Amino acid sequence: MTDVEIRAAVIEELGNIAPETDAATIDPDDDLREALDIDSLDFLNFLAALHKRLGVNVPESDYAKLLTVNGAAAYLAKAVAALPKHT
Amino acid sequence: MAEFRMPSLGADMEAGTLVEWLKHPGEKVHRGDIVAVVETDKGAIEVEIFWDGVMGRQLVTPNTKVPVGTPLAVIEGVAVEPTAPSQPLAAAKPAAPAPARKEARASAAPGGMRATPAARQAAAERGIALASVKGTGPGGAIVLADVEKVGAAPTLRIGLDLDKMRRAIAAAMAKSKREIPHYYLATDIDMARATAWLAATNAPRTPAERLLPAALTLKAVALALRKYPKFNGCYREPEGFVASGAIHIGTAISIRGGGLVSPAIHDCDRLSLDEMMARLRDLAARARDGRLRSSELADPTITVSSLGDRGVDSLYGVIYPPQIAIVGFGRVAAKPAVVDGNVAARPVMAATLAADHRVTDGHIGSLFLNAIADLLQEPDKL
Repeated sequence: MTDVEIRAAVIEELGNIAPETDAATIDPDDDLREALDIDSLDFLNFLAALHKRLGVNVPESDYAKLLTVNGAAAYLAKAVAALPKHT
Repeated sequence: MAEFRMPSLGADMEAGTLVEWLKHPGEKVHRGDIVAVVETDKGAIEVEIFWDGVMGRQLVTPNTKVPVGTPLAVIEGVAVEPTAPSQPLAAAKPAAPAPARKEARASAAPGGMRATPAARQAAAERGIALASVKGTGPGGAIVLADVEKVGAAPTLRIGLDLDKMRRAIAAAMAKSKREIPHYYLATDIDMARATAWLAATNAPRTPAERLLPAALTLKAVALALRKYPKFNGCYREPEGFVASGAIHIGTAISIRGGGLVSPAIHDCDRLSLDEMMARLRDLAARARDGRLRSSELADPTITVSSLGDRGVDSLYGVIYPPQIAIVGFGRVAAKPAVVDGNVAARPVMAATLAADHRVTDGHIGSLFLNAIADLLQEPDKL
C-alpha cells in the first residue's frame, strides 16, 4: 500500500466518522478534534476503522501521533510497512 | 384492542409528523418492535410499540403532523391497555443495541430492486432512480433514509434539523430555568486508579474493544443512584417527586454543527462496562444519524454530561425537565494534591451536580457526589 493510498484511507475514514465535514479540505496539520469537531468516541471509532482496514492496532500511548492528517498518514505508513508480509 | 398514539418524547414536544409505517395492517407486532418513524424537533425517531398484538387499522397517513396523544393506529388482540408508554419512566425496556431500522415490508420493485414503499415514493418524487441508490436495510433493501441521502444536500443529516433542535432545546432549558430551583455542587475526584485501570484494561485490546472513561463514569453514577434514589426520577405536578424503579441515564451527545440530544442508556446499573461502552457507541452513532428510538427520548431518569474532551475543567448543567438532576464531568487533568503528606501531581476530574431543590438538598447532594467519587476509586468493581 502506498503512502498516497494510506492518506486517502485516513481521509475517507474521517469522512465516515464526521460526514458533515470534508476532511480532504482541512489543513493536514490542524488538530482533527477541532477541525472536524470530533470527540474521543469519534476518535476511537476512527482508530477502529483504520485497524480493520489497514491492520494497524494503534496503542493508546500513540494516540497523540494521529491527531492530524499528516501525523496519522505518516504513522500509519510506517506501521503498515512494519506489518508482517503475507506470502 | 388498544390505540397506538403519537408519543410524547419530552416535555417540550407538542406534536410530531408520522413519516413512515414500518408494519402493515394484519402484521403481528411484539413489545419492543419499531412500528413507525416519527419526525420531531429532535430528528426522525423510531417509535416502538409496548405490547403484543396485531396491527389493525392505521388512522394517520404518512407525512401528517398530529398532536401528542393522537391515536395513530388500532392494535388488535391486546387484552389490557398498558401503562401509557409515552410517559417518562415507562416500565417498558427497549431491546439492546443496534439493529438497523426494521423495514419488514420492503418489497421487490421491477427489476428485482427491494425498497420500502416510502423509499419508492420519495425516489419518485425526487426523480431518483432506485437502481442508483445503495440499500442499507435488511438484505440490502432500500429504505427512506437511503433515498434521502442521495437527494439531500451534502451538509444535511437525515432526520436532523438543527434549527428545530435548537428551538426544542431553548424551550426545554427555558422551562427548566423558569420552573426548577437548581442548586449546584462540585467536587474533585482523584482519577489515578481509574485511569491506571483503564490503561491496563485497554492495553491488550483492539480499538474496537477499548473502553472510554465515560463508561466508568456512567456506571459509577448508576450505582450511586441505587444508594441515593432521590436523584433518579422526575417531578410532576401535582404528585411532586416520582421515583423511578429503573436507572435510565440520559447521555448528553453533541451534534456536529450545533445541537444536543440526551437519549437514555437503559438500566445502566445492570450493564457491564463493555455493555455500557457498546450502548454508548450505538447511541452516539444513531443520535448523530437522526435514528433514535422513542423510548430513548422518553425514558431518561437523570442526565449525565461530559465535556472533558473539549478541555473543560467543569460544567454546571441545566436540568432537563421533568428530571430532577444532571451530573457533569470535566476533563481529567494533573493537579497538585497532598498524598501521604507530600505534594504530588494527581490526575483529577471535577464532578458537578445540578439538582432540583424541590426534591433534595445540598447535604444529600454532596453524599451522592461523594458516592460517585468513591465508586471510581474501585474501577474493577464497576
